[in-house]
Amino acid sequence: MHLVVQALILGILTGGVYALMASGQTLIFGIMKVINLAQGAYVILGAYLTMSLFQWTHIDPFLLILLTTPLLFVIGAATQWFLLRPLRPDDAVELSLLVTFAVALGLEGLMSVLYKTTLRSIQPGYENHSWTIAGYQINEVRFYAFLLSIAMLIILYLLLQKTKFGRAVRATVQNPMSAQLLGVNSKLVSAFGFGLGVATSAAAGAVFGLITPFNPGSHYDLISRLLTVVILGGLGSIGGSVIAAMVMGIGAALVSALSEPVWADFTFFAVLILVLLFRPQGMFGTKARGAL
Amino acid sequence: MTRNGLIRAGLFFGVLIALPFFSTSQWLTNMFIFTLMYVALASSWNLIGGYAGYPSLGHAAFFGFGAYFTAIVFTDSVGYGWSPFLFLPVVGISAAIISIPIGYVAMKTRADVFAIVTITLLFMAQTLAFNMHKLTGGAQGKGIAVPSFDPATFGRPFYFGMLALAALAMGASMYFRQSKIGLSLSAIRSDEDKALGVGVQVNRVKVLGFAISVGITAMAGGVWAYYEGFVYPQFAVDPLITIGMVLMTFLGGRATLWGPVLGAFILVPAQQYLSYQLGANQFYLLAYAAIFLITMLVLPRGVIPTISDKIWLKKKQREAQA
Amino acid sequence: MAEEEAKRGAGMSTLLKVNNLVKRFGGVTAVNDCSFEVQEGSITALIGPNGSGKTTAFNIITGYLKPDSGTIEFDGKLMAKPTPSSIYRAGLSRTFQQARIFPELTVLENLVISSSFGWKDLLGTRVTAADRKRGMQTLEEFRLDKLHDLRAKDLSYGQRKLLEFASVLMSDPKLVLLDEPTAGVNPVMIETMEKHIRDRNKAGVTFLVVEHDMQLVMRLCDPVIVLDHGSKIAEGMPEAIQSNPQVLEAYLGS
Repeated sequence: MHLVVQALILGILTGGVYALMASGQTLIFGIMKVINLAQGAYVILGAYLTMSLFQWTHIDPFLLILLTTPLLFVIGAATQWFLLRPLRPDDAVELSLLVTFAVALGLEGLMSVLYKTTLRSIQPGYENHSWTIAGYQINEVRFYAFLLSIAMLIILYLLLQKTKFGRAVRATVQNPMSAQLLGVNSKLVSAFGFGLGVATSAAAGAVFGLITPFNPGSHYDLISRLLTVVILGGLGSIGGSVIAAMVMGIGAALVSALSEPVWADFTFFAVLILVLLFRPQGMFGTKARGAL
Repeated sequence: MTRNGLIRAGLFFGVLIALPFFSTSQWLTNMFIFTLMYVALASSWNLIGGYAGYPSLGHAAFFGFGAYFTAIVFTDSVGYGWSPFLFLPVVGISAAIISIPIGYVAMKTRADVFAIVTITLLFMAQTLAFNMHKLTGGAQGKGIAVPSFDPATFGRPFYFGMLALAALAMGASMYFRQSKIGLSLSAIRSDEDKALGVGVQVNRVKVLGFAISVGITAMAGGVWAYYEGFVYPQFAVDPLITIGMVLMTFLGGRATLWGPVLGAFILVPAQQYLSYQLGANQFYLLAYAAIFLITMLVLPRGVIPTISDKIWLKKKQREAQA
Repeated sequence: MAEEEAKRGAGMSTLLKVNNLVKRFGGVTAVNDCSFEVQEGSITALIGPNGSGKTTAFNIITGYLKPDSGTIEFDGKLMAKPTPSSIYRAGLSRTFQQARIFPELTVLENLVISSSFGWKDLLGTRVTAADRKRGMQTLEEFRLDKLHDLRAKDLSYGQRKLLEFASVLMSDPKLVLLDEPTAGVNPVMIETMEKHIRDRNKAGVTFLVVEHDMQLVMRLCDPVIVLDHGSKIAEGMPEAIQSNPQVLEAYLGS
């Protein structure tokens, strides 16, 4: 029983981090109907950037997020502007997916060249420290990560609900053509939206680097999990992906605690298959696809 | 098949069959083995990724399946050396059968979600390869017995094995084009919902394409494993293999017969040359990614369709002027 | 209503019955307790101002959208979960407003793919002699035969609409739903479309046509069903509809 509760705690904390990563992915899909296969790679990039900056400046990784977030925003917006925008509308649907895949590969290649493939991690000194409350261990870093994820999700929510940019994004998600007619500059919205979605990877990357050893190839693992979360939650629903993230975080942690950690990966795969078999629109997505 | 097409194919295979008898350079044989392997891989990927428009980003999982299956069966002995080749159809058909439920579930969705499922599949296959120690040897890998082929022409049987697979893949590609399977796949690629509405057997055709594609890929994995002599999980279930297949098909031209072939003949020698010059493995990815991006932005339809479009355009212009 | 009963008395049967369809999109109710019938052998019009739910109703009937509630009966059978393929098999075809054809296939292939074929045919030749014969026959009827080898994407808009129409007839459907067949098409083409619809109707095909071209509707269709705000507000002969005050208000008012 103790094991289960401990796993639950771990799962909730991890779920929060997945939620942050998934929200960026969902935002991008909502705006551009593109599944960004490079999302995992951007997270790893965030992890490496944080690691390098930490080694150079010794500033706490959580504070470095303030630097890496705008940087990744720019990288994301640039990716969209230079690599996705030029695609012709007919090809765009088919090719966007592969373009983001190519970006993921390019990032992996770049990071392999710069950092080699040995596993690294960010070690500010307190990464192994845990508090013990009521007999349960709460890892300090994961706890901060959880708080950070919540904070960033709240910021994202406020941005989308309360700002002019956010309204433009929501309008574009609901009805791109009407939005354009109402004066929304869809090109800018796409670029900014993509940038924003990628920017969430900065925080996620810092956290990821603190929690797990990583190398450039880690993005495959990440993107598989992210995509399961996003599909489970329903493509396009940020709220859905948050809930799905928590579900998957807890589920994987329980599987890991009650059997072998390696089967935790399979949990994701199994869930993905089940969702696709029985409810392809996920928990909160809408069904009509491609008909009209 | 048109007469010109037959002549082209005849010349192509004629030259390739004769080649090993004109040169016994190990280096050249090796390069052709890999080139032909990728002709087979890219052409079979084209069946589902090109004709159907369902880009499988996890085909390497089945390559690995074929590699491991062969390795496990022949780890101790390969008889006179021909057994693994004769065993290939078993490998191919097993892979195809396994792929049917997988393909059915994976293709219940559309192309973009399908791509995701296949990536996940690849990752799962890799995890299995690393963790099922008793079966696959885990990270230590699995060895295949060494055949007693004449060392002077050691590569030849493997060369012909890959050539046969290349012929099979291209044959399948041709067959698809000329049958209603290809017609249906093209409709599915253009407008799947409309295809459903006019009674196209969408599920059947997609699963069929996937199964054949997977079967050939697995057989290529089998020959590769036998040639290498040892199967390591990170090389047998390697995303780079999928990426290679995809890129070659894109570069040469999706949904064409010769596109994947051209792509393979361009990129495999280029890859060998680069690794010879630069020596480092990490640059592969960057180079692949760069070529991929350039192809999609500049030549989205690939070399062969772009050229044939230009020729068609010039012909129309000449007709208009006449 | 009297006309309906008269027809029923004369032995015409109901081919399509739409019962209490409801479909909501977020806060908007596109189809609101919509019910109507299409008699076998008729060319029925479905008209209504923009946003009255006509295309949504079409999409539900042909299985592209799931209704929130309501049922569809076709040819006497209840269609429990209509999907585009089950609808096709039951004998119902449709065209789309934007003229959806397969751009990469040739004109002839567009027809071939729309006729039914089974497993054996699937493994057989792409375009058999029988396909060609039947296809060219239809193409000649529609005067598209000279274009049979062209990629469908190279056709003009009007030609595409004609091609789409021809292709949905290849499966010998009982009922064809036409979604604005003359939208964006020149007057000569409109006449051509009208002629083909009449010819096929005489040969036994029932049509349900969504149209905005009132003159065409008046000439061609009988009866006319009018939708507004997602439900039926009137039904009857064209002349009666023209002078129906509710209909006039729906189009001009609010």
